[in-house]
Amino acid sequence: MVNITINGMKASVPEGSTILQAAQQVGIYIPTLCYHPDQSVKANCRVCVCEVEGNRLLQAACAAPVFEGMVIKTNTPKVLEARKTIVELILANHPQDCLNCIRNGACELQTLAEDLIIRDNPFELMVRGFEKDLSTPSLFRDPDKCVLCRRCIEACSVIQSVNALGVEGRGSEAMVVPTLGKDLIDSPCVMCGQCIHACPVGAIGEIENIDQFLAAVADPDTIVVTQIAPAVRVAIAEEIGMATGELPMEVFVNGLRQIGFDHVLHTNFTADLTILEEGNELLKRVKEGGTLPMFTSCSPGWINFCETFYPDLLDNLSTCKSPQQMFGALVKTYWAEKMNIDPSKIFSVSIMPCVAKKFEADRPEMYDSGYKDVDIVLTTREIGRLFRQSGIDFSKLPASSFDSWMGAYTGAAVIFGASGGVMEAALRTVYEVVTGNTLEDVNFTGVRGFEGIKEATVDLNGLEVKVAVAHSLSNARKLMDQVRAGESPYHFIEIMACPGGCVGGGGQPITKRNQKRIERIDAIYLEDEAMPIRKSHENPEVKTIYEEFLHEPLGHKSHELLHTHYHDKHKKYL
Amino acid sequence: MDYKGIIAKYKDVSGGIIEAFHAVQKELSYLPEEVIVEAAKIFNIPVAEAYGVATFYSYFSVEPRGKNIIRICESAPCHIAGAADVVAALERELGIMMGETTADGKFTLEYTECVGQCQATPVITVNGKPYAGVSPAQVSAILAEYK
Repeated sequence: MVNITINGMKASVPEGSTILQAAQQVGIYIPTLCYHPDQSVKANCRVCVCEVEGNRLLQAACAAPVFEGMVIKTNTPKVLEARKTIVELILANHPQDCLNCIRNGACELQTLAEDLIIRDNPFELMVRGFEKDLSTPSLFRDPDKCVLCRRCIEACSVIQSVNALGVEGRGSEAMVVPTLGKDLIDSPCVMCGQCIHACPVGAIGEIENIDQFLAAVADPDTIVVTQIAPAVRVAIAEEIGMATGELPMEVFVNGLRQIGFDHVLHTNFTADLTILEEGNELLKRVKEGGTLPMFTSCSPGWINFCETFYPDLLDNLSTCKSPQQMFGALVKTYWAEKMNIDPSKIFSVSIMPCVAKKFEADRPEMYDSGYKDVDIVLTTREIGRLFRQSGIDFSKLPASSFDSWMGAYTGAAVIFGASGGVMEAALRTVYEVVTGNTLEDVNFTGVRGFEGIKEATVDLNGLEVKVAVAHSLSNARKLMDQVRAGESPYHFIEIMACPGGCVGGGGQPITKRNQKRIERIDAIYLEDEAMPIRKSHENPEVKTIYEEFLHEPLGHKSHELLHTHYHDKHKKYL
Repeated sequence: MDYKGIIAKYKDVSGGIIEAFHAVQKELSYLPEEVIVEAAKIFNIPVAEAYGVATFYSYFSVEPRGKNIIRICESAPCHIAGAADVVAALERELGIMMGETTADGKFTLEYTECVGQCQATPVITVNGKPYAGVSPAQVSAILAEYK
């Protein structure tokens, strides 16, 4: 431990702490901008400067380590003046259109300006005048708003190992750009959206589809149908001023009816269906000597990653569409028929924790119903905005159940939202299918949690199945390199592109800390535990759809509607 | 031009990408896209990072430039000594503006920071060779050396 004095108070902090960490420990708030709790220290914005006795120059609290006897002052007039000037200079290069910005009210720069009491900026406004990059259906870049903190670059390179972003030029001419200064769509970007969470301002954000949704609601001839992904419920509460996981599902459903959805259904239904298809596909590959290990295919950021960086391993991907796209293909065929609704009148909206889902819905191969299977994708954040726009008070809203068909689901589908969940759901079903025995303890805790790569071995009546689970694409890369080298010991690998799985997806409420992702994971498993049915193959509506429509897993109808194929993206620059 | 061969020579040199870029640029006057992509491959870094190196240093250009690079010092001493008149003479003589390249691909005009020849201002450099105490009248004679 090291003894320091901070703002006149004595404190003892662990050796190697930075001034910032020491201040946090004693309850002193130091403002930051480029600092990110789960990333490396960058110290490029200088907002966190402090006075250290014996030093002529102010020190960046995020980078300066404490030493024995250090005397730190975090709020002297000199410090406050310096911080104010630094933020004024940043603001002098920043467009002053906060009222129209996607991060209005959730912007770190806005908060800093408020905290530092910035009123009349003495510096002349000089915005560089870059064009917005609207080249992808998932993400936009607005380089004029960039504060050059470089957190997006670290998210893209270190966490995701995608390296779609870098710096062009230097000093006041520097700018964060996609590879070779081109548009995002030409870079290796997989559209996971982790850069959105990393960005302190509105320089990167999701492409919003709110106007299309409102237009569909306004049209009396259009039947607006929605599906909700499992990771959305636990996080949507954060958008409406509640604690993670606090909004009950049935109240959420009513909220969706309030903003104009005619039928509220659940992606969890097709998550259960995915398990039946994917579980059987795995068994078929094991029995018939198909390509192994098989990879899960639910995460569209991961699919983009595999198509970009590992096109030689596309045969390993399960041919199952993601639950979103299975749902899309069924809602305009099976469901429309059952409900006696003309599928051309259905506007199919999915509510997702994900921005890559917007790209997935736009894929040309996703028209198997004869229409665009999923018309638009709204993220958790967009739904939060729509709730606030409609002024819904969730504390007084009564509950409402999901509509049928395609609204029933099990605990196995719920856990699709967390890393390891697809694997666990598959094991619950595969175990019973292979052994014919009832699985008494459905909890495969070995594949749960925030560990980057998890593995487990399951004994299925003498058939030993080795599985691995990875979240964040840098971890996926490790498993993929092993497969490419022919050294992978696994039969089945689950990959989710985002940290923590879908709960940490690029469309979720802005999340700086992994701790928040872990809270959401806990909420997911609580929901699973409370479900009366926790195995996908016991979902009564899934049983019905096989009896009435699909007839058998991997059958003719399934292949037509529920399975897909993949393409080498042939990216020029990696 | 065998840019691949040039880059490969620096493969095992520490920080070799910078030297490789200099060597290629000496031949081509700039760093085309395929050079950056090849360098990323050889030095085993992402293309985004190789592009960062190529754009960080002011002596590298990722835009096509002429065979001869003329740089005019824009620091204070040259400015006071009348660099603007020299710029005007160069622009008139070559028929291009600062930052541009002549249609025949022979000359590019660029600004530079101080090149350390302040004993005789204004200063210009052609392909790195300094000309000190340049007057507008001398411009056409200097250009003639490179035509």
